[in-house]
Amino acid sequence: MEMIKLTIDNKIVEVEKGTTVLKAARKVGIDIPSLCYFELCDMKIENKPGGCRVCVVEIDGRKNLAPSCATEATEGMVVNTHNIRVLNARRTVVKLMISDHPFDCLVCAKSGNCELQNIATKFGIRDIPYQGEKSTYRKDTSPSIIRDVDKCIMCRRCEMMCNEVQTVGALSAINRGFKSVVAPAFEMDLEKSPCTYCGQCVSVCPTGALTEVDHSNDVLRALSDRSKTVIVQTAPAVRAALGEEFGLEPGTSVTGKMAAALRRLGFKYVFDTDFAADLTIMEEGTELLGRLNRHLSGDTTVKLPMLTSCCPGWVNFFEHNFSDMLDIPSTAKSPQQMFGAIAKSYFADKIGVNRKDLVVVSIMPCLAKKYECQRDEFKVDGNPDVDFSLSTRELAQFIKQANIDFMDLPDENFDNPLGESTGAGVIFANTGGVIEAACRTAYELHTGKDLKKVEFEALRGMDGIRSATIDFDGLPINIGIAHGLANARKLLDDVRAGKSKYHAIEIMACPGGCIGGGGQPFHHGDSEILKKRATSIYAEDAGKTIRKSHKNTQIIKLYEEFLGEPCGHKSHKLLHTKYFDKSDEVSIIE
Amino acid sequence: MTKVTSLADLKKMKEVLDAERAKYTKHLHVCGGTGCHAAQSIGLDANLKEILADKGLNQEVQVTMTGCFGFCEKGPIVKVVHDNTFYTEVTPKDARDIVDEHIVKGSKINRLLYTDPVTNEQVSDSQQMGFYKKQHRIALRNCGAINPENIEDSIINDGYLALGKVLTQLDAQQTIDIIKKSGLRGRGGGGFPTGLKWDITSKVTADQKYVVCNADEGDPGAFMDRAILEGDPHSVIEAMAICGYSIGASIGLVYIRAEYPLAITRLKMAINQARELGLLGKNILGKGFDFDIELRYGAGAFVCGEETALIHSMEGLRGEPTFKPPFPSVSGYLGKPTNVNNVETFANIPVIINNGAEWFASIGTEKSKGTKVFALAGKINNVGLIEVPMGITLREIIFEIGGGIKDGKKFKAVQTGGPSGGCLTEKHLDTPIDYDNLVEVGSMMGSGGMIVLDEDDCMVSVAKFYLDFIVEESCGKCTPCRIGNKRLYEILEKITQGKGTMEDMERLKNLSSVIKDTSLCGLGQTSPNPVLSTIQNFKEEYLEHIIDKKCRSGQCKALLHYDIEAELCVGCTACKRCCPVNAITGDKKQPHVINQDICIKCGACEEKCAFDAISIKLEKKIHTEHGND
Repeated sequence: MEMIKLTIDNKIVEVEKGTTVLKAARKVGIDIPSLCYFELCDMKIENKPGGCRVCVVEIDGRKNLAPSCATEATEGMVVNTHNIRVLNARRTVVKLMISDHPFDCLVCAKSGNCELQNIATKFGIRDIPYQGEKSTYRKDTSPSIIRDVDKCIMCRRCEMMCNEVQTVGALSAINRGFKSVVAPAFEMDLEKSPCTYCGQCVSVCPTGALTEVDHSNDVLRALSDRSKTVIVQTAPAVRAALGEEFGLEPGTSVTGKMAAALRRLGFKYVFDTDFAADLTIMEEGTELLGRLNRHLSGDTTVKLPMLTSCCPGWVNFFEHNFSDMLDIPSTAKSPQQMFGAIAKSYFADKIGVNRKDLVVVSIMPCLAKKYECQRDEFKVDGNPDVDFSLSTRELAQFIKQANIDFMDLPDENFDNPLGESTGAGVIFANTGGVIEAACRTAYELHTGKDLKKVEFEALRGMDGIRSATIDFDGLPINIGIAHGLANARKLLDDVRAGKSKYHAIEIMACPGGCIGGGGQPFHHGDSEILKKRATSIYAEDAGKTIRKSHKNTQIIKLYEEFLGEPCGHKSHKLLHTKYFDKSDEVSIIE
Repeated sequence: MTKVTSLADLKKMKEVLDAERAKYTKHLHVCGGTGCHAAQSIGLDANLKEILADKGLNQEVQVTMTGCFGFCEKGPIVKVVHDNTFYTEVTPKDARDIVDEHIVKGSKINRLLYTDPVTNEQVSDSQQMGFYKKQHRIALRNCGAINPENIEDSIINDGYLALGKVLTQLDAQQTIDIIKKSGLRGRGGGGFPTGLKWDITSKVTADQKYVVCNADEGDPGAFMDRAILEGDPHSVIEAMAICGYSIGASIGLVYIRAEYPLAITRLKMAINQARELGLLGKNILGKGFDFDIELRYGAGAFVCGEETALIHSMEGLRGEPTFKPPFPSVSGYLGKPTNVNNVETFANIPVIINNGAEWFASIGTEKSKGTKVFALAGKINNVGLIEVPMGITLREIIFEIGGGIKDGKKFKAVQTGGPSGGCLTEKHLDTPIDYDNLVEVGSMMGSGGMIVLDEDDCMVSVAKFYLDFIVEESCGKCTPCRIGNKRLYEILEKITQGKGTMEDMERLKNLSSVIKDTSLCGLGQTSPNPVLSTIQNFKEEYLEHIIDKKCRSGQCKALLHYDIEAELCVGCTACKRCCPVNAITGDKKQPHVINQDICIKCGACEEKCAFDAISIKLEKKIHTEHGND
């Protein structure tokens, strides 16, 4: 690798050729402020349109200031990052940005997490000398995401996420000049666009232009309603990230404190979506084996590969873009919805509460879950199986509001029966986790043998597309894994073209899987955070005594007492769903 | 049409065509540019042909509809070629007189001759007209001289000979060296050496390269690219092929704005004719060189004249620039090496090949060779398109070619370089015009817009006009251009409203310098130039607006007021009755008064007053409770 030397603020820096000035500076501790620039290096995700002009620096011999994020360092380059010319330019640029930004910081959902606010604080900006027109747009509220693009600073991060990482194509820059803004085509509502509600745009937005729909008040209202029994389920990825909101190191598992906090918030029963994840494996694994066996016995009508269906962002993407293949995904509902269906039938009966008086709240790392629980097919007589879905961030806010000293909480357990889970349920949080969990169960059910080593290392990792062949005692099973919808699209294009070699494919909409979900604490582009969350999830799995879904005693009991058998009649009614053709709503992007 | 398969073929074809042409004893050229088209030159052309045919003269006299003559002020133009007679403002009805009087009897028609605005004398010989005397037409050589819709006309005028020469006698590097040696610089505004650009693109290895012709002409008032494409499309096609040969590209793309329908039609026609003759396509002139051209339409965004934005637009993406490097020469259209040149730049290429680099380099100044086309507009007598050698002075252009300022008014400034340029004044009139001198005095060459301003123009309003354009045309990608220019505009607006403060002057200066220093592309990097140059050269006008609340030209309506002189007012109530906002009060036969707070300065009262009692005052006046202050 060719190395070059340059001087930044009188420091000599040696970097690989091809490194940008911004990265070279950060290497020696010179933190040039930036706004539009965004990188998740391990995911090969980078946004550097050079648009905000906050990271400009002076380079000897150049007439104009250069954006350090997009300027390659060259041998002998002399850079100044903070002389008066640079500082004045940078401050003026930020003042301009603020001059076209609402001044409602006190009540903005992003306050405290806003990168524009941070920069204004860092620069000590005290006045905005430019009074003039501010851009105003219609506020757009979808089931999951609120667009308040008066606050858009045109960093284009969301556009990069939506188009390059996810290939969803819901968001792009429209209009020109002062009127330009990122929006769905023709400024239509997000709800009418091909948006999947994956929320990756929200997770990278530096300001309050894109935020989640907040349901905390609805939950608070339900909790204070004496006629309601309010129960909660928490998704596997939440426990690996919630601690970050309370200043804990990323990757600190807070399962016990989270359960304690939820109990103190007033939830009558604190349950675990991991339980439903185990249930999902029972149904999805059985379905996979069924399809496999039919395939092996020569049935040509059977559809393979089977796609996982627990990710609602992915399901939305599929319904919009691959509606010609609606019979490919597993018909199993997602764990959130399986939980809701069981809670409002089996559990409601058990405690003798009418389903209308039982309120099911979910804590999810995801924004698409907000939409998912509102889908009509997940309602009985208008009453949803899951009433409200809160993000990890909303839960943290909720805990803080309730004056709960999170750090001081004891570790507590989930309630039963819907709180028991196995390691297999936990790893749903990571990319590759669902299919690994499925393999643990499917292997044993298919071979009748005991699986000694439950870790399938071949299925783990952060590469966008991974594949592995798992030996089912002589039967090779080809597994494909994709996270990030652009990667999913590639695998799906192969399936459509009849070129796919896989028997099963796991797809997660968000890079990293649920641990990188749109509802998680902001990682600000630090991919180390995602890795630490993943590690914490695998550690929790390793610490479990039971690590295979079909060994979950409460699951076994549920089938004995209520469901009968996996993929049986009752399961079918409660735990399986169908998909809809939404291709009409999609404007094609090539 | 039979294909031309070798240079010898082409030369032979030219001989045949020359002989055919020689059969005609007289030629009439009728301008078919967009402006003259709009003024019925098609009808004129048809009438001439019909009348000549009636008289049996159509074997003797050839009528050709050409491209633009440049003298748009006085269109439609008819030129009688054999005696250089130049008829202006000709209507279809004049066709009969031209045939009967001039062609048949040989006597010139005085009423159609051009009258020099300075000497007030009629000039019949176009070579003696002030408008043409100092021009040197290279890029426009065929505009007004050939029928752009017929490739044969181009071939008679040496069309495609340069391509033939390049293919048969020169290799790619030799061709590039000629262009380098000629000193030709990009005519789109930047002035980057053309030969060097070709050289860089030629040295990048790739399986596919592209030649792109930038015909996204966007400067307000500039129309040289349109004129060339409408008047001489073959020279651009030929040049693109030469460029393709030099850099190793087989595909050419013309990015042209869809608002140029005539240029598009003629360019398409020319491309088809060139294909039919084998001058585009496979194995051109039997030398194994393949090259073809396609059109791409732009929706008329100014920023798409910037080469990276242009390329993104062609790719079907949002027309916005990206940071350079990588330059298009390395990674351009579809990620392939792409050479982007402007229409006018290309139009120079064939002549340089035919006449040699030395010939071209002998024209112009030390660092700016050749000529430049300017679109002359504004308060000037001879509005139109001119081509002058580099090094000519503004004084020569404005007062000789342009025939001076309209209505005998006083020259105030000239805006060059379009919205990215600056305003030059009296003291710059004798500066020789070239790329570097213009930058030095605070403006730029740009694509060649030249708008002349007189004493009636308010310089703050001029800056505001250009900023308004920039605010509309900024792509919105980078902060300083998107928001900064808007704020600049708003401050200027405030000043023209009489609400400016001295702090605003500082804000204008700081903001301008930051926008220039931090913007992503050339649009933002130059957009404050009109503000900076007017502040530099007309600071006193800014101060008058801010301190005295006065606009000396009377253009800023908020600053002037209408006043009724009590001594002259007879109280006829005419003004009161016509005022649309009831701002005028007063009893019959008593002097009337205008309430300045209500008055919208429409001027209706002034027009109505039969006693000249109402006049415009240039200062702002504020209405108070105790009457007008």
